[in-house]
Amino acid sequence: MIADWLERKEVCICAGSGGVGKTTTSAAIALGMAARGKKVAVLTIDPAKRLANSLGLRELGNEERLVKADVEGELWAMMLDPKRTFDELVEWHAPDERTRDAVLSNRIYQELSNAVAGSQEYMAMEKLHELHQEGHYDLLVLDTPPTRNALDFLDAPKKLAAFIDSRTLQLFTGPGMLGLKVLGRGSGMALSVMKRATGIDLLEDLSGFFSSFGDRADGFRERAERVNALLADSRSAFVLVTSPRADAVEEAAWFHHRLLDAGLPFAGVVANRVHPPEPRGNPAADLERLLGDDALARKVMRTFEEERRLAAQDRKNLANLRRRLGRKPMIEVPHLDDDVHDLDGLRRMDEYLFDRTRA
Amino acid sequence: MASLLDKRLVLVTGKGGVGKTTVAAALGLIAERRGKRVVLCEVGGQHRMSELVPELASVSVDPERAKEEWLHYQLKSRTLASVLGGSRLFQYLTAAAPGLSELVTIGKVWDLAQLAPRAGGSAFDLAIVDAPATGHALAMLTSPRTFASVARLGPVGRQAEKIDRFLRDEASTGVLTCALPEEIPVNETIEFERSLRDELGMTVDRIVVNALHPARFSREEVGRLESVKADRRPAAAAVRAALSEHRRARAEHAQLRRLRRGAGAPVVTLPRVFEPELGRDHLERLSAELERRL
Repeated sequence: MIADWLERKEVCICAGSGGVGKTTTSAAIALGMAARGKKVAVLTIDPAKRLANSLGLRELGNEERLVKADVEGELWAMMLDPKRTFDELVEWHAPDERTRDAVLSNRIYQELSNAVAGSQEYMAMEKLHELHQEGHYDLLVLDTPPTRNALDFLDAPKKLAAFIDSRTLQLFTGPGMLGLKVLGRGSGMALSVMKRATGIDLLEDLSGFFSSFGDRADGFRERAERVNALLADSRSAFVLVTSPRADAVEEAAWFHHRLLDAGLPFAGVVANRVHPPEPRGNPAADLERLLGDDALARKVMRTFEEERRLAAQDRKNLANLRRRLGRKPMIEVPHLDDDVHDLDGLRRMDEYLFDRTRA
Repeated sequence: MASLLDKRLVLVTGKGGVGKTTVAAALGLIAERRGKRVVLCEVGGQHRMSELVPELASVSVDPERAKEEWLHYQLKSRTLASVLGGSRLFQYLTAAAPGLSELVTIGKVWDLAQLAPRAGGSAFDLAIVDAPATGHALAMLTSPRTFASVARLGPVGRQAEKIDRFLRDEASTGVLTCALPEEIPVNETIEFERSLRDELGMTVDRIVVNALHPARFSREEVGRLESVKADRRPAAAAVRAALSEHRRARAEHAQLRRLRRGAGAPVVTLPRVFEPELGRDHLERLSAELERRL
């Protein structure tokens, strides 16, 4: 059960493909751990405010908010504002006010931090790292963004840091672009072709962006490295969330494989919306007798057959996933009658996620 | 519907796991029945279309290749393009630049929707895109405008502006959002429509609600099912399954009503297919159903 998976863990990262209940599962894990006396914060970066829904909150901010959940510990929740996190990071890195303002008003920076996809993944990692450093919580639960490729977010810190990295920086900031030496011969040619392809002002803005960072750009790379170190730390745990559908199971198996390859600490799988197995036998005659209505009995039978087919397929898909997981545990949460979108719904998930008799 | 399929580009988006790919494929089949030359586009390394509907043309957009194509076109020289493509400096910058892969992806999709694609190959009347989930789709649709404003004067800017104009022209580009009749997908659908309007001035043309459970039992029948005392296990389980189905259907229809109240675009529904894996015949059926309801 989840509490065992998360024993002595400080960071729990919930990952999986879209539509498998990641946000709900993150919230249910956080609530469950808070109910067991921990001080927990759950972070989401989903632009669609799904966690806010799960917690019955209208709006979350870049600050953690205490959720009124009546638990033994404390449950805090936040929805990240990537732009705000990015600004904070610049403020933190900038050596003085002039530099800070130069960066914040640079057009490249504004577009990059505002609209561009990818920066939110990076910012989520940043915030996770920052909250972990501050050490106010026993456990941080991160709901990862709904990328089509469930692992994209893992590369985000490295990618963005590479962009702001000092080696790139030198290309643009050295007088007369002396920094080109770093890249060896041929780069002058490449640069002039690049101007032709992209337009000169784009390069000037880029150059302005990098030079305003000065040597501080190094800090970005170091931080990205620390974020990566935190993910690989034994105090972290990756929980894979999936549904029993064949495509989600494939994605989960592949994700598991990549986590192992990357040496990241994998804890187990939560399979949501599982159709529980139905008993064998043909109840048609019983139903007709009990209901005294052939038409109704037939409708009930039809519904039952459909449920059985779905249950059988779920069994098959999950058995396939189990085989590929080796010894790692899996928790199944059944298909609940209503959609889970409030604290009561999360508590109903609790009895499966935290069931001592399973996984 | 006539007007939706008469556009040049239709983007199919929605929350993760709501059946975007299925709806995009079903839409492709409708377009083909109507004699359109249609191409299905996938993004993010997916290759499901060629399996689902092998008879239709499909393209899985690879950002790396799209970037090369773009360079080639922009520089009008294979030699220069390869100088740049082989440059470490260029690789370094473009691999890291956030948003660039969204831009070249939507750029490739845009090109496919042109009557004379720059990349060559056959021309199509209509490109249907199995787009990423709403949040990411919005970022992708915004990227041309972002780059147009960052690179005001250069060719990147001009190109991005052209794409942005095409996306925001209702006669050229349509948006179809998929949803499930559940609380969270309904919220996300309503929110996406609002963001699309507020941030890009674009409208959602249709909303397709997938996998709606049939309202199979009348109130009176539910009453009888609730009062029945089944003595044997399978019968008890069957009654329980029926009641559970009924509760789910009722909750779904309530969500559907909420979506219809909250959304501006017309909402159509597709029935739930009670098959574990969607086969070809089911896809045909859904496609016929969709054509009838759109």
